[in-house]
Amino acid sequence: MLKTALRNVLAHKARLMMTTLAVLLGVAFVSGTLVFTSTVSEAFQRSSEEGLTNVDVAVQPDDDSDAAEETPGDAANLRQELLDQVTALPGVASATGRVSGFAALADKDGDLVGAGWDTSGANYYAGTGTGGDAERYPMTEGRAPERAGEIALDATTADRADYQVGDTARVSVDGPVREETITGIFTTDDGTVAAGGSLLLFDTATAQELYTAPGEYTQIMLEAAEGTTQQELKDAVTPLLPADAEAITGRQLATDQAAEIEQATSGLRTTMLAFAGISLFVGIFIIANTFTMLVAQRTRELALLRAVGATRRQVTRSVLIEALAVGVVAGVTGFAAGIGIAVGLRSLMTSFDMTIPDGPLIISAPAVLASLVVGVVVTMLAAYLPARRAAKIPPVAAMSSVHSGPTARGLVVRNTIGALFSAAGAVLVVAGTGADDNGATMGLGAGLLVIGVFVLTPLLSRPVIAAASPLLRVFGVSGRLARLNAVRNPRRTAATASALMIGLTLITGITVIADSMSKSIDNMATSSLRSDYVVSLASFGPLSPEVERTLAEQPEVTAITGLRMSPALVADDPDTMNLVGVNGESIDELTSLDFTAGSFENLSGQNVVVDTDTAEDQGWRLGSTFPVTYEDGATGELTVSGLYEGNLMISGIMLDNGTLAPHMQRVEDVQVMLRTENGASDATKERLEQVLGDNPAVLVQDKDDISEDIAYMFTLLLNLVYGLLAMAVIVAVLGVINTLAMSVFERRQEIGMLRAIGLERRSTKRMVRLEAVVIALFGGVLGVALGTFFGWAVGEMLAGFIADFELVLPWTRMVIFLVLAGLVGVLAALWPARRAAKLNMLEAIKAD
Amino acid sequence: MSPSAPSTAYAAKATDLTKVYGEGETRVVALDHVSVEFRQSEFTAIMGPSGSGKSTLMHCMAGLDSVSGGSARIGDTELTGLSDKKLTKLRRDRIGFIFQAFNLLPTLNAIENIRLPMDIAGRKPDTAWLDTVITTVGLADRLKHRPAQLSGGQQQRVAVARALAGQPDIIFGDEPTGNLDSRAGAEILGFLRNSVRELGQTVVMVTHDPVAASYADRVVFLADGRVVDDMAEPTAERVLEHMKRFDAGGRTS
Repeated sequence: MLKTALRNVLAHKARLMMTTLAVLLGVAFVSGTLVFTSTVSEAFQRSSEEGLTNVDVAVQPDDDSDAAEETPGDAANLRQELLDQVTALPGVASATGRVSGFAALADKDGDLVGAGWDTSGANYYAGTGTGGDAERYPMTEGRAPERAGEIALDATTADRADYQVGDTARVSVDGPVREETITGIFTTDDGTVAAGGSLLLFDTATAQELYTAPGEYTQIMLEAAEGTTQQELKDAVTPLLPADAEAITGRQLATDQAAEIEQATSGLRTTMLAFAGISLFVGIFIIANTFTMLVAQRTRELALLRAVGATRRQVTRSVLIEALAVGVVAGVTGFAAGIGIAVGLRSLMTSFDMTIPDGPLIISAPAVLASLVVGVVVTMLAAYLPARRAAKIPPVAAMSSVHSGPTARGLVVRNTIGALFSAAGAVLVVAGTGADDNGATMGLGAGLLVIGVFVLTPLLSRPVIAAASPLLRVFGVSGRLARLNAVRNPRRTAATASALMIGLTLITGITVIADSMSKSIDNMATSSLRSDYVVSLASFGPLSPEVERTLAEQPEVTAITGLRMSPALVADDPDTMNLVGVNGESIDELTSLDFTAGSFENLSGQNVVVDTDTAEDQGWRLGSTFPVTYEDGATGELTVSGLYEGNLMISGIMLDNGTLAPHMQRVEDVQVMLRTENGASDATKERLEQVLGDNPAVLVQDKDDISEDIAYMFTLLLNLVYGLLAMAVIVAVLGVINTLAMSVFERRQEIGMLRAIGLERRSTKRMVRLEAVVIALFGGVLGVALGTFFGWAVGEMLAGFIADFELVLPWTRMVIFLVLAGLVGVLAALWPARRAAKLNMLEAIKAD
Repeated sequence: MSPSAPSTAYAAKATDLTKVYGEGETRVVALDHVSVEFRQSEFTAIMGPSGSGKSTLMHCMAGLDSVSGGSARIGDTELTGLSDKKLTKLRRDRIGFIFQAFNLLPTLNAIENIRLPMDIAGRKPDTAWLDTVITTVGLADRLKHRPAQLSGGQQQRVAVARALAGQPDIIFGDEPTGNLDSRAGAEILGFLRNSVRELGQTVVMVTHDPVAASYADRVVFLADGRVVDDMAEPTAERVLEHMKRFDAGGRTS
């Protein structure tokens, strides 16, 4: 039987090719993901380890310590005295204080270098030991910064922005622009830089001024003297530390970083594997369909085997061995293709300025194993039912030319099951829109509905395709024959269309949800804003209050507020809550919030306004008072003077900055909102930007800019998802190609006859093409319909959480999806149609 | 012109028709300078042992296969050198076909199958003629049936009706009764003969069955790619006799 099975694989290699390709793509996706993520993870691990070579113990503020918990603020920075003390410890070879934070650098055109979130600044220190390898930031050119107004720049960034030693660069840390002279260019193995970020170095005093306070550090790095272990050093240091600081061994630090990197990449891996799973799931349909067709074509052959004495089990096994062979081939080649994908992804990321540190390609044993297992298991699983069906072929079928296919009764049972599943699914999905169970009901319903529709597709194929007949009539005989051929084998058509349906359901559903979310968030962002402009940092990090002061001085600015966040303990709630500081005098002009009681009017002193949800949680009403512990540990009492309807953008306890500022460790704004005399205009915006020194790090955004930003974010997300789902669609296309190729093969006599009695090549091609388009559109219509329904359902559910939720049905996009589905059909038909047209008539009509 | 008397005008004509398959050692001469004419309103049977080239002759004459040399004409139209498109059009408009099997599209019912060549051409069928044809083959009450709901004989009757429906210049049949039992076969052959005698059609049929050949007005015998005999007014006995003789001659030569 093994020999028979393997011969069959070889005999049908052309027909199995599409199947193999479908599995191969899925496997490639899986192995590509695994190889890529472990390569990235390994590369980052390596670079982070390199950064820690000379660190035996690190001392840093500990926000989670008991001492830090007592006050709501962050743990205090490390003081110079501590650095001096630990330096003097026996067993310490060297101790270095570090200060670091956000630093934006403008290139020569004034544009921000790199993306906002990975541009950092730190203090320069020579490094431990003497020169050589131990030097932390070896200067390739120039010298280290020594005083305010001097900086050093990492070589990659200098190269990218075309800066040289002696140039003046514009830099911003928290808002105001600083003109700095570049005194040196250095190389570094710093992780952020390796990942494509930029690093600016200041002298320590300047860095402290910018990021902490004079004499304060964010981290102290210790190197042990010879003969002292990391643990000994840690034990020696710990007694000297304040309560809210901790000492960590270099080894621990490395492990922690490794875990962090692993966590970051595992998120990516899970997401990508989910999409790989989708395309594999689609692949299952293709495989099952192919084997069903192969078994049907071989009915006589298999019956003959049965007639000469093969048992059912042997027949099943022979089909499964075929599947195994396909699975192994697909697994091995898919794995090879996956490595290609991993390499491709890496260079793709580099071309998007998301540099990944150099490192070898990591091909782990689990990745190899996973590829093979996925390939084999998926294929054999999908081939199981066709294999069972093959075994049921009666030996007598070898004698008769027609073996009756699945009976009508089978379809009745199938349709009943399908209808029940679909109905139950739809009901659950609708019920899920109101259920408060994080979408569990809806998820279950969606699953049932999808299965139900799968089961029902053969039944649905006739009416849906019949609906298309007026369109097909335009194409004359080709159109009519295409329609009839498409409904000829409803199960096959259904399986082919279902494969496409899955991809389109997801694509449409996600588009509906994303568009609706985008619109709703936009509604919220803009409807609650009355300010003309919002000023924030490109990194959305803290903004110096100087920005607000500068802007407030401008004559056209009529109202302005800085928005500040400060953690605090409120009433007897054990969790810290953010107090939102605003300018109590002007906030009313800058926002439009619905007050259920009170107003912004008396927002000064100890008065606060609270969103209704928080108020309800705490049991506050207008006039309620509650105790508060500020981030500096000071306590006070606040009075509720207004209750407003909060939303995702604005919520929480709001009070006047005058009250809040004295308690903040560092007075910083999250953003600044302002109104101008003549409203938003290009001229005003330009002027405001100019006032802020044309600062690359600062964003001045009007409502349209904010809307655009939100829309852009969702577009980016959608495009990413489209890209990932494209794989599932490609697999579905392979399925359409396969079905058509097999259909053409099975109908070669018919096609030969048609050609003989006068059907032109062109019309023959058109017939096959139209059949493909009909099948693809059938899948498309089902997918778009299901996707829209799911999108609506999720939207209804979200509407319960988001006040301004607005369902957006992207009609244009849906039409585009359907057109694309049609194109998929045309594309998939290219090769089968050519084959049909080129068929040798004489071969085809020869009676077998 | 009386429909019962064969005319002298040619519906199709082969002159020095040669068909060679393969090259070098595998070279096979299927047709070796065959010259033969098929007269209008005549029922001709082409006979010969397997490999004699009878099917090849039919395929070449019907524009289904290309020729290696010589000439093949349908009426005044020379087939050699015609593009695939022109050949297709010619088959569609001027030739009718009846094959041994796979004559009908399973997705279309009987009447749709009958009208298929005209639908492909985008022509309106001549209703009166269509009625005559349908009545002749006795399918009036089966028109809405799908091929799967018809017997083998009924299916071939649909095929005959389809071949006749477009009033082609010539109808080619490739073993049209090969898959039928003798009673159904006789029926089909009767229809073909009637269509020649009563409707004035021209039919050329390839067969290896002497009984089938006896329905024809004339039998052309082929052997080794050459026309070896031409018999008028055949009867089954004479054809059989002829074949035996020929077989014997073949063996001794």
